[in-house]
Amino acid sequence: MADILEVKIKNLSKRFENLVVLDDITLDVKRAENLIVFGQSGTGKSVLLKCIIGLLKPDTGEIYIKDKNVLELGADELNKVRKNIGFLFQSAALYDSMSVRENLEFPLKKILNMPQNEINDKVLHTLELVSLEEAIDKMPSELSGGMRKRIGLARSIITDPQLMLYDEPTTGLDPITSKEISELILNLQKQLKMTSIVVTHDLICADIIADRAIFLREGKIAFEGIIDELTSSNDAFLKNFFSTKLIKE
Amino acid sequence: MNLPQIINRKNLTVKEKFYNFFATISGLTIFNMEFFKQVFIPPYEIGEIKKHMSELGVKTFPIVSITGFIIGLVLSLQSLPVLERFGATDFLPATVALSVVRELGPVITALIFAGRVSSGIGAELGSMRVTEQIDAMEVSGVNPFKYLVVTRVFATTMILPILTVYVIFIALFGGFLAVIISQNMTLEYFKNSVVSAVEFGDFIPGVAKTFVFGYLAGIVGAYKGFTTEGGTEGVGKASTTSVVLASLLILIFDMVLVKITLWLWPTY
Ligand SMILES: Nc1ncnc2c1ncn2[C@@H]1O[C@H](COP(=O)(O)OP(=O)(O)OP(=O)(O)O)[C@@H](O)[C@H]1O
Ligand SMILES: [Mg+2]
Repeated sequence: MADILEVKIKNLSKRFENLVVLDDITLDVKRAENLIVFGQSGTGKSVLLKCIIGLLKPDTGEIYIKDKNVLELGADELNKVRKNIGFLFQSAALYDSMSVRENLEFPLKKILNMPQNEINDKVLHTLELVSLEEAIDKMPSELSGGMRKRIGLARSIITDPQLMLYDEPTTGLDPITSKEISELILNLQKQLKMTSIVVTHDLICADIIADRAIFLREGKIAFEGIIDELTSSNDAFLKNFFSTKLIKE
Repeated sequence: MNLPQIINRKNLTVKEKFYNFFATISGLTIFNMEFFKQVFIPPYEIGEIKKHMSELGVKTFPIVSITGFIIGLVLSLQSLPVLERFGATDFLPATVALSVVRELGPVITALIFAGRVSSGIGAELGSMRVTEQIDAMEVSGVNPFKYLVVTRVFATTMILPILTVYVIFIALFGGFLAVIISQNMTLEYFKNSVVSAVEFGDFIPGVAKTFVFGYLAGIVGAYKGFTTEGGTEGVGKASTTSVVLASLLILIFDMVLVKITLWLWPTY
């Protein structure tokens, strides 16, 4: 099968005042591929995801999603592109004034204009996927950090987007839940042919879902390859990074 | 530096404060233009507007009731000795009514409303901004300006005139109570003199300007909230500065609108 490109990033740079965060990044992501983004805290992983979705405007460079240059789209067209993208925020970003149910219904009502009975089914089904059916009538303030994360995940995948951007989907979850979520992400890829870019520090998660991984360092893609290549690399920095984390059976 | 960054800087020099002031004015102007661009584009989010209107009404109802009542009462008590000096106590109902209808009712209701509502909207949208909820809405393909700002500002614009009319009646009632405590005036006489004193030219412009005040209270809070930066500290700042700016703008617009009204409805 020919490899269709879902995301294409060309010479992307982003700085905040004098702080260079992303420095000339070039990256291709194929359709139905799971790409992992590693990197130390504060290297600009979240900034990269926000540039892709258009929340932050890069200083230079081009970003294509399905051949559309997102930086040149008008507001309406950008919204059309965004309807096919899911974004899990690092902070989950649940709507505080709405219950879990309303949080999940929001994109279905506003974006897909689904009839109410379908909405109910879809909400229940998606909550099952993240095993949080019992939280349906809770307010976000009543949820634990890990629960918020999973509801955030449920809200971002509920519209069955073709491209998912996950910012640390398993951070703050226990190992068992973390593994379940990783398997969920893998299943979404297999069943819906979803493309995913996953920022994570969680090696077990990465090991389950990754087709390919990149390592961001000082604003550049320092390494690129399959997970095993990165973890077994002889490079001193990578060795150090992964040895402090890796407890693999 | 972008606009929110300029506006939210601390420890400014005098020059920067000037800069900051004009940055706020220009930012607010852009925000206004965006409002008028978006308000006519569907979807109209009628449900949200209704929800906000009833919330705002319920939230401000007790405080404007008390304020209105006391203003009328005190105005009456204060005017009485002055009118007595000129032997004109018969004019008391007309004096109270005209002050309340033309100026005090609209402006005081608007100021109280701004204190309660601008800060509320500033804090609410501000915390949505710093916790990335507005970003989340944007990436999901929903226009947050339309869903959060337009609905709220529309609601404040529509609800304040209704509150004002109510406050005017409460204030007149307060005024009447003050009179019957000290004078023997009948409700009948009070009512008749109010009705014959207050004309359309007094009532309509008085209430009409509260559409503008309601709009100002909403748009300033929304603007401050929407452009919040700097975590929870920024939220607090957005909330307090909204009240100050909204109150100031209400008074300035009042001055301008009164001038226009006097020109359109000259009174003799
Ligand atoms: N809106 C912003 N304004 C100014 N600087 C920012 C902004 N957002 C991010 N930064 C800076 O950009 C750098 C990268 O931030 P980013 O959030 O992308 O890190 P990260 O790789 O996601 O880290 P973590 O793993 O801790 O989430 C940081 O140094 C941060 O201070
Ligand atoms: Mg991050």
